[in-house]
Order: sequence, then structure tokens, then C-alpha cells
Amino acid sequence: MSSRINALDPSQTRSWLGRTLHYLLRDKAGAFGLVLFLFVVLSAVFAPYVAPHSPLQQDLHSSRMPPAWHEGGDWEHPLGTDNLGRDMLSRIIYGSRVSLTVGFFGVLISMSLGLVLGAIAGYLGGRVDAVIMAIANLFLAIPYLLLVVVVAAILGRSLINVILIFGLTNAPLFVRITRGEVFRIRKSGYVESAVSIGAGRARILGHHILPNLIGPMVTVATFEMSGMIFYEAGLGFLGLSVPPGVPSWGNMLAHGRQYITFSPWLAAFPGLAIVVTSLGMNLLGDWLRDVLDPKLRRTAS
Amino acid sequence: MEPVLDVRDLAVQFETVEGTLHAVNGVSFRLRRGETLGIVGESGSGKSVSMMSLLRLIPEPPGKIHRGRALFYDAAETVDLLSLSNRRIGFLRGNRIGYIFQDPMSSLNPLLTVGIQIRESIERHTRLSGTQAKQRAIELLELVGIPSAAQRYGNYPHQFSGGMRQRVMIAIAISCDPAILIADEPTTALDVTVQAQILALVRRLTQELGISVIWISHDLGVIASLADRVLVMYGGTVVERGDVEELFTSPRHPYTVGLLGALPKLQGGEEQLVNIRGTPPSLFSSPTQCPFEPRCPWAFARCKTERPPEFFAGTGRVYLGGTESASTTQDTAESPEQEADEPFVAHRAACFHDLDRDQERDPSEPPAPAQGADKAAEAAGIGAPPSARGSASTDPPPAHTDSRQPSRLTGDRTGAEEL
Amino acid sequence: MSEPFVRVENLKQHFPITRGVVFSKQVGAIKAVDDVSFEIYPGETLGLVGESGCGKSTTGRSILRLYEPTDGRVTIDGTEVTALDDEALRAFRPRMQMVFQDSYSSLNPRHSVAKIISEPLVIQGTRDQRKLRDRVAELLELVGLEADHMRRFPHEFSGGQRQRIGIARALSLNPQFIVCDEPISALDVSIQAQVVNLLKSLQRELGLTYLFIAHDLSMVRHISDRVAVMYLGKLAEFGRYDRIFSRPLHPYTQSLMSAVPIPVPEVEKKRQQILLSGDVPSPAKPPPGCVFHTRCPFAAERCRAEVPQQEEVEPDHFVACHMVNDPTVGPQITQRAGHIVEEVKAASGTGPDRQFTPARDVGNR
Repeated sequence: MSSRINALDPSQTRSWLGRTLHYLLRDKAGAFGLVLFLFVVLSAVFAPYVAPHSPLQQDLHSSRMPPAWHEGGDWEHPLGTDNLGRDMLSRIIYGSRVSLTVGFFGVLISMSLGLVLGAIAGYLGGRVDAVIMAIANLFLAIPYLLLVVVVAAILGRSLINVILIFGLTNAPLFVRITRGEVFRIRKSGYVESAVSIGAGRARILGHHILPNLIGPMVTVATFEMSGMIFYEAGLGFLGLSVPPGVPSWGNMLAHGRQYITFSPWLAAFPGLAIVVTSLGMNLLGDWLRDVLDPKLRRTAS
Repeated sequence: MEPVLDVRDLAVQFETVEGTLHAVNGVSFRLRRGETLGIVGESGSGKSVSMMSLLRLIPEPPGKIHRGRALFYDAAETVDLLSLSNRRIGFLRGNRIGYIFQDPMSSLNPLLTVGIQIRESIERHTRLSGTQAKQRAIELLELVGIPSAAQRYGNYPHQFSGGMRQRVMIAIAISCDPAILIADEPTTALDVTVQAQILALVRRLTQELGISVIWISHDLGVIASLADRVLVMYGGTVVERGDVEELFTSPRHPYTVGLLGALPKLQGGEEQLVNIRGTPPSLFSSPTQCPFEPRCPWAFARCKTERPPEFFAGTGRVYLGGTESASTTQDTAESPEQEADEPFVAHRAACFHDLDRDQERDPSEPPAPAQGADKAAEAAGIGAPPSARGSASTDPPPAHTDSRQPSRLTGDRTGAEEL
Repeated sequence: MSEPFVRVENLKQHFPITRGVVFSKQVGAIKAVDDVSFEIYPGETLGLVGESGCGKSTTGRSILRLYEPTDGRVTIDGTEVTALDDEALRAFRPRMQMVFQDSYSSLNPRHSVAKIISEPLVIQGTRDQRKLRDRVAELLELVGLEADHMRRFPHEFSGGQRQRIGIARALSLNPQFIVCDEPISALDVSIQAQVVNLLKSLQRELGLTYLFIAHDLSMVRHISDRVAVMYLGKLAEFGRYDRIFSRPLHPYTQSLMSAVPIPVPEVEKKRQQILLSGDVPSPAKPPPGCVFHTRCPFAAERCRAEVPQQEEVEPDHFVACHMVNDPTVGPQITQRAGHIVEEVKAASGTGPDRQFTPARDVGNR
């Protein structure tokens, strides 16, 4: 339906990209965030082509080689090697896959749950709302660390478990935000006017409520994703995330900690990767919040 | 009469992503001791911004007081409000100059009792403290007509109705016997019967305490009921000023005329309300022309190229010389002898078109309006347009006829020309 | 006289006050609208006036069934709206529309003007793009905007223009009855006149019937054929506008009229205003008897006990007040009415001696 109406004014679709670029260029921090984010995503996707070595390939002859620009370094291993002689750069590139997978799927799960439950709670209100919110608050009260420890102990360490736990424990946040927004939009003048022209529930949800949720949702999702990447690394550091062999930033960090006095780069580079990714996503989130607000969009001038 | 405040050529700008917003463009006025000056204007006229910048309450940046002076003749000394240090202006605020905002709810701290909030102001600015300050706060509550003030002293803002909260705000504003009280649409959010109560209170207080008041409002009725003199603001400038009776009975600026005509009446008939066509001005363009020109039915070529200075109204138009801005005009009008009273009482309008021209024009004067405008005047029943009676020299040369004119006069259903 | 187009009988709209979250129970009710009855005749405007919280907006929404009325009956053009089921109600909605007070929030910020105005048509089944576009262009021109504006978004317009968009949307389905819920309260004075003139000319051209809700008595007088004055969920006075404005009889109407500041300084400064004491009681706990008795200078014992009914004091003029016909107090009330009207009349005689260009935006453009 919306595409049909959009056909009424072709200028809309044509200028969207231009407008977005315009806003991106105006907000330098946002552009920087986007570049960082794209850099991380692309290197994760094309890891086999980008990484100079296999992340698992050991070479004990050249263990704990310093970065290339240091004395004893070699451009063969630009960021040096770890204690088993594995290429740090390659491991960091592959490690981004774990981080991004956790972030992406974790957010996907919690956002889907949050959207559905939040929309129901906000739209129907009353007792349904009260029950959903009670459950959400219950979930919010469970310390996720404890849950991870218990699950890891019972089911073992696996990426899927981490994703599921992150997805579930973060869902209440999305439930709350969705519910609040739906509640606000439902009371808004334009929904009231849609009712007064005879719009049904499906149309109000699909045309008025959900599109207006996109902005806040995408923004929160970016921040949440960066949070999850951060926490996954934390879990990895504690040895509670993916199995030790898998290259992930958290694992590398935990590993590098032992050598921090002699070979600080073992911990520094994964740490840097985490910081850069989080920074990029936070800047991006700030920028998205502005761009997705229709009041700030201006076609004129 | 001696002035208590003398504002000259105040200009305030805001830097926004869209460009520079010229919120106030050369506003000059004086406030006499004990008088109530009404400032009328619509949204974007610059009425609130100009008053807030007097107390330097506008956020800087993005706001910036571009130029101007605001001499405050306080009992002890004379200071320029616009060049005082932040510390000293902070001392004047709420002490020598009280300010009442439009929204009484957001101006009161919901977590403190109203008594404490009044006391805070008293203790900050006077030597009173402890029980004395409390005593004074209760007196003030009584003064502004809050029943059983002693008990209400300990209540929180949410326990008061909107009208009562506004009374509390007034109590705070007058708590230190200010010389000037600036009221920024304090009754706009209130119901009409509550507004009547507040207006009666303010009238009583100004008489009893002898405060000079600047009352900002978009409601001409409120201004009529309170003010001694009026400034009409439009697009960041003063377009007309004068004694309230004179200005309301014989307005000289087309905008004021339109504003009065746009009001429905409680008695008597008007079949149709006067349409001021078009939309409020954009403040982004630099002020080089009459701000009302795009909406004015009497506008002619000169209105687009020059900002009209303020002309004395009444007995024909006297052009005061100087074409740059209204402020220049005012400065030249003030020889020391004249300064005493004339700037206060004179009825002036910033418009090239003389609405009541019954005299021959000064030859240096601008040409008469274009034909379309004359038709408008005829249609309005104003009588023969001046150009019909004027000499050849005052007849509009064809070049001045604005081709847009006829369409603008008929296309009144639109309001969309200036998007 | 013709049959009423809209008939509202004993309309009640009570909102429950609940306590507790999961196991909530009702502990009271806000009687936003309590037993209100009036009629609107075809092609006429009923002005519904009152102060904030008096229930005037709720009345408008209950009539359109944007709220489910607690009790009472609403009939529009012979159809009992309050009896329609969901499906029938949706089918009936095109015939009754609403123009909202806040033009900013009532237009979806993500939708273009074209989408906003065509939405009612799409919902009601029009699919043809060309037809939709033509209709949108036609409506935009009808309300004094340009067809090109359909590509823009609400935030690109000024308040008055957004209100025109809202009016265009309300008109898109060719309704017969429109509830205008304070459509001009948020606008500047010069823009108010534009919108009111537009509403009036549309009424003439399209034969619309309006319920015009406002708090501004003079604007209500200007636009209305009949006026209803509301206080705390009840009608205080109802009747032809000329009757009410030449003889306001309910003490509340009197204080309302007396409180309106008149833009004529010499009259306004001399006026003896009737100031109401105290505040409006809470609609959750309205006073017994006449709801106005707590603030009424004429209130007697009877007013505290007995709810006054609408009585026809002269043809087409109803007042809900016990005291109006009281042999001793009645004449005082009538005298006060005369005094108020006298003051107001004095003002209208000395208005500005010049008229602005009478831009009569009648159908002759």
C-alpha cells in the first residue's frame, strides 16, 4: 500500500539517498561512526580474503612477535603474533565475526521479542499490559552474568547460548521502549484522526504505529549491539563465551592478559578493536537518532 | 516623566543550521516609571526574545545580542543591562527586575513548597532570613490574593490550580520590590475567567506598588485592559507604538489595522473577519525591507527595497530623516529638550504608506501606492485614495505598479505564498 | 423548522478511575460529560463553549464515537450512531469528520501531505493513483493551498497551513457533519481569521453542518448559529446565538462573557468585571445539585440539592438555572445580563474607525 501512495510523489524516493548523504556529511561524527562500522562489518564478512593468514595457523618459531613497526617485527605479521605464533591481525579480523554475530543476532532476538510484546502491551493496555510488563521486569531483575554461568555450566560454552541469553535478557528493554512509544503514538492526534476516517486496527498498526517506531528502534538497536559486543568480550575474558580455540576478541583479551608485561600488544589490539567498534556504533546511533526524526528532515533549502 | 528603562536599537540573532535568524532587528523603546507598557505581537514577532535578552535570558550561543543598549535607571545608579557582567545581571534578575513566564507549572520547582520558593528569592536578594523571610513570604501570598496564605505556604505547586500558581509566580516576581516587572504572556495558558482574576490583581498591584510593567501578550483585549502605552511588534521590529487609546481607536500601521479587524466582537456585526493573508515572516532573510510587505495590501515598490522608519502619526506624516533603520529616526527625533515627554506619547508607525494623508506630501516622500493598493483602499471604504487627489508628482509612475498586486488582492483563500 | 441533523440525547461520558495495576478495580469516575442534550440543524453551526476541563472536547469525541459513550443517544441524519456496530460505524465514519486542535500532532510526521489527504480515500477503497492525485490536488486548492504542496511533509508548513491540511483531510470523504475541536486555538490572531473564514466559506459551498468547539466566546459568536455553554460536564445555557449574546442568563455565561477582555481600552478599563471566586471543582467529585453553585453569587438552598433542568426562557433559549425564574433573584440576574451586554455594546460602537481590506473569501474567487 505504501509504495502505491509513494507513487503519488516520486520526488520522495529519489531524494532520500541524497538527503541522507547530506545529513551524513553535515554530521562529521556520524560519518566517522559509519565508516568505522562499515569497516568492521566488511572485514568480518570478507575475513577470508582480507586476513593475511589463517587465524588458527600456528608457528611456534615466531611466537609473540611484536607489531611490524617495532624492533623484531615483520610486515608478514603486521600486528605481531600471539604466544602460539598465530597472526594477530587475522585473529582480530576473524574475531569480529564472533562479536558481530553476537551483536546482530542478540539484538535481532531481543528486538523481535520486544517489538511484539511491547506493541501488544502498548496497544491493548489494561491487564495484558500489566502482565507483560510484570514478566519483563522479572527478566530485567535476573543478573545476566549469573544466567551465563549457569547455562555455560549446564550446556557448555557455545555461541548460540550467548546469543540466546543476550537476546532474552535484553528483550525487556525493547519491550519497555516499544510499549512506551506505542502508547504515546496511540494517543497521538494522527492515530485519532485515522480512527475518525474509519481505519481499522491493522492499518493503524501498520501505517501509523510501526513506521513511527523505526526511528527509536534502530537507534536503540545500535546502542544495544555495541553493548552486546562489549559484554560478549567481557564474557570471553572471563572464559564464559565461545570455546577457547575460537578466535574472539574476548578470548584474545583473556589470553593476552598473561603476557601483558612482556607483550602488551596481545591484549592491546583486541582491546582496541572492541573500543573502536563500540565507538563507531555509538556515533552511528547518535547520528541515526537525528536522521530518522522526520522533523529534522527538510527537503527545502 | 523620567524613564526607568531606555532600550536603544536592540538586535538579537540566533545562529541555526538553516542560517542566521534575525529575531529582533533594532527595537527601541522607553519605559516610564509606574507605567504599564504593552507589547503586542504574534509568534515570531520577537516580543519575548527582546524582553528575555534584556535580562540576558536567551541561550548564548546560539543566541547573540548583536547590538543595542538597555539603560536601566535604578534608584542608585544607571547601568546598561546588555553590557553588565553575568554576576551583576544575575543580581538584578528577580531583584530589581522581576520576570513572569507564560507557563506557571514549569517555572515552579515541583519538589519544593511554594513557600520555600518565595523565601529563596527573598533570602537571596534581601537581608531578611529565617522567620522574617517566612513572614514576608506569607504577606506576599496574601497580597496576591491566595486565601489562607499561612496554610498554603507549605503546599507544593501541584496542589495549586493554574491561576493560583500564576499568583505564586507573581508573588515571587514582586518579592524584592522590583523597579520593573516583565510579564511574558502570563495569562495565555489560563482560562478566561481566571485570566480576568489575574488581570484585576495585576492592575491593583501596579497601582499599590508603583511598579513599571512590561506586559507581553498576543491578546489585544488583555493589552487594552492593562496597558498605558503599546508597542506593536512584527517580524522583529516595532511597527507601531503609541498611547493605548489612540493606537486602538486609530491604528496607523496596516498590520495593526488588520489585527484589530481580525478579532471577532462580542456585540455588533461583522459578517466577515478581516483576513491578513499570507503567513508570518521568515526571519532568515536579512531585514532590508518592510517585514509586513508580503502581506500588506497597501505595499508598493519602496516597501520592498527599504525598511520604513517610524513616522509620527496624527497630523500628516512627518518624515524624520534617515533611511537606514527605525532607530536612527528615533535618535534624530530626540533633541535634549524634546526628550522629556515626546518619545513616550508620540504615536508612530513604521510604514511608508500614510493611512490618513489629508495633506500634501513632502516632495522627498515616497510615491503613492500602486493602483492595486488603491483599489484595496477603495474596497475597504476608506474613501478616495490619496493619489486621486494628489498632484501629478505624487501619482504612481507605472514602474511602481507591482504586477503581483491584483492577484494578491483576490487570492485571499490562499495562505501559502510564503512557504 | 427543519428536522435536526444531529441530535444528542442525554449523552454521558464517564471515565473510570482505577486503582491497582494487575488486579485493578474502579474506585470512581470522572464525569467528563454528564447528561448533555442538544440539536444541530442542517447547514448550521453549533458553538460549544466552555473552559478547559468542562468536557467540550470530550463531547465532540463522544458524538463521533472516538470514545464509547457511557450512556445516551446520538443520531446523525437519521442514523443512530450510538447503536452502530464496529463494521457499520466504520462505514458511517466518512459522513462525520473531525478537525483537530493540534494540527501538528494530528498529522503523521512521516507521511507526505498527499498521503495524509488521500488516506481516507484509500481506506474507503479508492485505488486509482490518478484519481487519488487529482482529488488531493482539488482538495488542496479548495482549502487555499497549492497542488504542489502534496509532496511536502507537515513540518514544512506553518500552523495555519497545517490546519488547512487537516481540513482538507476531513473534507476528502465529502462529509456532511464536521466536529471542529478548537481548530484555531493554537493559531496566531491573524491566522485565526483566515481559518475561520475558510471554514465559513466551505460551509456555504458544501452545505456542511458544524459543531465548533472553542473557549473563545467572541469567536463562537462570530461563527455560530446556536451556542451551547458548558460547565463541568453539563450544559449551562443553550440557544440561538443572538438570544444568548443579547441576554446571557445563566450566571456562568454571564461571568464568562464579562471576563472576555475587549480590545477597546476606554471601555475595558472602566468595565465592572464579574470575577468568579475560587476554582472549578474536580469533575471526579462534582458538587451536588447545580454544579455551578459553589461559585455562583445567586446560589440558594435549592441549588445545592436539586439538579436544574434546561428551561426555555424565551423561544430558542434554554437555561439550566433554578434562580432565573425566581421572583426575587430572577430580576437581578436579568438586570446583570443587561449590564454586561450594555458594556460590550459600548465597546463595539467605538471600534477602529477603519476597516482593513475586506478580503471576502466567498465563493467568488
